[in-house]
Amino acid sequence: MTGTGIGAAVRRKEDLRFITGRGHYTDDISRPGQAYACFLRSPHAHARIRSIDTSAAANLPGVLAVLTGAELQADKIGNLICGWMIHSKDGSPMKMAPHPALAVGKVCYVGDPVAVVVAETLPQAKDAAEKIVVDYEVLPAVADPAKAKEGPQIHEVAPRNTIYEWALGDKAATDAAFASARHVTRLDIVNNRLAPNALEPRAAIGEYDAGSDSFTLWNTTQNPHVARLVISAFVGLAPEHKLRVIAPDVGGGFGSKIFIYPEEVVALWASKRVGRPVKWTCDRSEAFLADAHGRDHVTHAEMAFDDKGKIVGLRVHTIANLGAYMSTFSSSIPTYLYATLLSGQYAIPHIYCEVDAVYTNTVPVDAYRGAGRPEATFVVERLVEVGARELGIDPPELRRRNFIKSFPHQTPVIMTYDAGDYEASLRKALEIADYKNFPKRKRESARRGKLRGIGFSTYIEACGIAPSQAVGSLGAGVGLWESAEVRVNPTGSVEVLTGSHSHGQGHETTFAQLVSDRLGIPIENVSVIHGDTDKVQFGMGTYGSRSGAVGMSAIAKALDKVEAKAKKVASHLLEAAEGDIEFKDGKFIVSGTDKSATWADVALHAYIAHKFSGQELEPGLKEGAFYDPTNFTFPAGCHICEVEVDPDTGEVTIVGWTAVDDFGVVINPMIVEGQVHGGIAQGVGQALLEHAVYNSDGQLVTGSLMDYAMPRAGNLPSYKVDMTVTRCPSNPLGVKGCGEAGAIAAPAAVINAVTDAVGVEDIPMPATPQAVWSAIRSRAQPRQAA
Amino acid sequence: MYAFDFHRPTTLRQAVSLLAKSEDAKLLAGGHSLIPVMKLRLASPRTLIDLSQIQELTGVELKGRSLVIGAMTRHRDVANSPIVQEAMPGLAAVPASIGDPHVRNRGTIGGSIANNDPNADYPAACLGLGATIITNKRKIPADEFFTGLFETALEPDEIITKVSFPITRKCAYEKFKHPASGFALVGVFVAKRGSEVRVAVTGAGASGVFRVPSFEEALKKRFAPKSLEGLSISPEGLASDIHASAEYRAHLVGVMARRATAKAVAYG
Repeated sequence: MTGTGIGAAVRRKEDLRFITGRGHYTDDISRPGQAYACFLRSPHAHARIRSIDTSAAANLPGVLAVLTGAELQADKIGNLICGWMIHSKDGSPMKMAPHPALAVGKVCYVGDPVAVVVAETLPQAKDAAEKIVVDYEVLPAVADPAKAKEGPQIHEVAPRNTIYEWALGDKAATDAAFASARHVTRLDIVNNRLAPNALEPRAAIGEYDAGSDSFTLWNTTQNPHVARLVISAFVGLAPEHKLRVIAPDVGGGFGSKIFIYPEEVVALWASKRVGRPVKWTCDRSEAFLADAHGRDHVTHAEMAFDDKGKIVGLRVHTIANLGAYMSTFSSSIPTYLYATLLSGQYAIPHIYCEVDAVYTNTVPVDAYRGAGRPEATFVVERLVEVGARELGIDPPELRRRNFIKSFPHQTPVIMTYDAGDYEASLRKALEIADYKNFPKRKRESARRGKLRGIGFSTYIEACGIAPSQAVGSLGAGVGLWESAEVRVNPTGSVEVLTGSHSHGQGHETTFAQLVSDRLGIPIENVSVIHGDTDKVQFGMGTYGSRSGAVGMSAIAKALDKVEAKAKKVASHLLEAAEGDIEFKDGKFIVSGTDKSATWADVALHAYIAHKFSGQELEPGLKEGAFYDPTNFTFPAGCHICEVEVDPDTGEVTIVGWTAVDDFGVVINPMIVEGQVHGGIAQGVGQALLEHAVYNSDGQLVTGSLMDYAMPRAGNLPSYKVDMTVTRCPSNPLGVKGCGEAGAIAAPAAVINAVTDAVGVEDIPMPATPQAVWSAIRSRAQPRQAA
Repeated sequence: MYAFDFHRPTTLRQAVSLLAKSEDAKLLAGGHSLIPVMKLRLASPRTLIDLSQIQELTGVELKGRSLVIGAMTRHRDVANSPIVQEAMPGLAAVPASIGDPHVRNRGTIGGSIANNDPNADYPAACLGLGATIITNKRKIPADEFFTGLFETALEPDEIITKVSFPITRKCAYEKFKHPASGFALVGVFVAKRGSEVRVAVTGAGASGVFRVPSFEEALKKRFAPKSLEGLSISPEGLASDIHASAEYRAHLVGVMARRATAKAVAYG
């Protein structure tokens, strides 16, 4: 290994440009002749559009076009789609309602795009948007998923606003396990709705080139190839080979930039209509209304225990809010990314989960950091913690009794866990958190008038998404492999083209580390190229902590091929049999001799091709690979949160955080630690601060950062982050993925700690000071008899 | 943002005359409330009169038994003023607690009280200390100045020039921050000067800053947190929203008042 190889805490190559303001984000790009788009959005949650009068707007100075759903239909622009088919228990397919990029006939949420103005300047576009007159017939709306089935019907295709009623597991066996259980723990859980709030808002520039009849889209996307595929194959704007999608530097995604949104489709379409590049940049207020939100589950869950504290069954019923339309991957989040993880780290013999997905008059809900797995972890880890309290068993001990201890382990909910050592991460975390002295600390807090609590979360996630055949059998419309190409230049420097996309993950560094490690060349000699469909052949993008396990595995596979080819070149150069060539530390050596050639020598000779005939060996040194994983990966670990609660105000202060994660082999511990830090911050945000609230009329109450509370540095403690390592057997690098772990583990750890401190289980997320104060009061004032 | 005319006078006289003759004009102080709503197109003044170049509106000075702060003095400058810190550390702590460094470097005392945001901090300090708001036309006691949500006694052609605070060391401010905005969900300013005790509350009131006579009476008997134990205010007339019910706000008024009193005792 060189000092920049696998396992080295190499500083991020990309940070210089980001920190010094030299990044190139979509909004930094300006095209010659560029015009600006402004969307007119619905102020109503649910309304029929009687008419739209665009004449006043169209006559304003600078206005190039005012377009509505009518023009969209006239141009035969197709609808946006959800790409994962889910079938209900009764076998019927999910009810996917049409989702035009601009409203046709009705609007279904506040923020639903109704029209777009394209003008010479943004202020002109905004002025004109205000002059569009829309005659709405306001309809009753429903925003609460628990009330959706009884609410006004939003789409013709979906009676009772029900998209699907899906189930996983063996109901009869699970019911039988409950019937014979010694104890049942029951919880009603609301997994609060979140607004993603990436630092860089979404943006798009559409450009049509009449000369070549082709389109280019610069877009804040986590998966440019999937965007191209959907926009060509489903929206039908352009054939795939006539559409180039470029995702330049992207400032955070957290899932919200996976999806194909109306705005980029409209920017592309409008660019052809007006014959000018069209730029749209979302502002923060608009982002709250228009970015897909996350979570929003209403769940009843029950866990059954035997007399030894062994879990014998788990029953879960969840209502999942998918919003007004089905976003790109929305159907899979509360199903195959949720219910399949309900076994947690535990050997649970019987699990049955029902999920009802519903339409509401809210912005669509889709994947958000963790996507289904935080919701599953919250259900399991709250049940285990509360179960331990009810049974009078130390929470870590109850977990230990139920841990899966041998691998591979088949859960009753599809997944086959390949490797892990849950006891090891728990043990290490308890040590670091100094659990045995917690009672002493609790007494010390009490002396200062504070309530101290401790909470655990021994989480699991399924990452490295995903084996294509497996997800295909579950309804996915795409394969989830990854592709890579390794291009060795004649001077020996290397370009890696990857279908993964970096929007904060540090791929330019970690992927280069892999190459440096394998080829023994300096990391500076490696470039990582991503995010352009004209450069990279294909890719499935970055989400679900997949870029290490899947994306890097594709690179490793391509590197194997490069090495094999280079050995052939070296055998000619060194005049030795191919079988005698060894490649080590960046050198090709003829076994048992002192004859060798450097990497650069071999690269040069691959291209000048003087030492071999083109008949025996092709010149050049460039290899590509597609890697399809054999299984999901299963990162897991133990997070311990310690809080102090001010009983006078209900304010929660996190005073300690221990994270011991098993991510398998770690490529760059510094970057991994950063991912853990950020993930925990987002999880703490969900647990204590963040909540996207719609009122009963479907108006977004938390439409700005004045009302939507984001976590700040002051809300977070200094974390103690450590790791245990079990190698992942399901990919060549042994990696599991780390991007979502913190967000998955944290909410349960926080709420377990807060409920421990207060002594009341019924505390909602976010556990705001008001909510905690109310809980404390409910404890102080014994309930009066009815 | 819509188009508007922009003026940057260098004297108070010029500013007053511009204000008198301009239609639909707004005074620009720190701009941290006005500019965002203009950017959101929620406010569209035809004219902005920027007060930042008027030297006579800035500065901190001791005048007899009062501390006089120019209306355009930035939060940072009041918070860091040795004069304010020495005379009234409890007052210096108010601007020090506002927003973040960006806000404190721009925001001004005059802008804050003229805007009279129901969650702003300075109104509590003014009312809690019985300050006098001095304008180009007259002197207005704080008790008469704050008239409702974003409403003050200021007339359309009136500009705040100074705020005069009677000096006492026995004063302090305690705030419970709004989890999202960082504004005061509830802020309580407590002061004792001679035999007079004042308790002023911001953030909680449905119609802005207000005093709490029952707390003042209790503290007059003995200026100590203990005097407030068992006392509470009614949730009636308090603000209620998703972040805090009127009941919770009423409770927090008691908690913050006790904490502010403890601090004031320590300062005094």
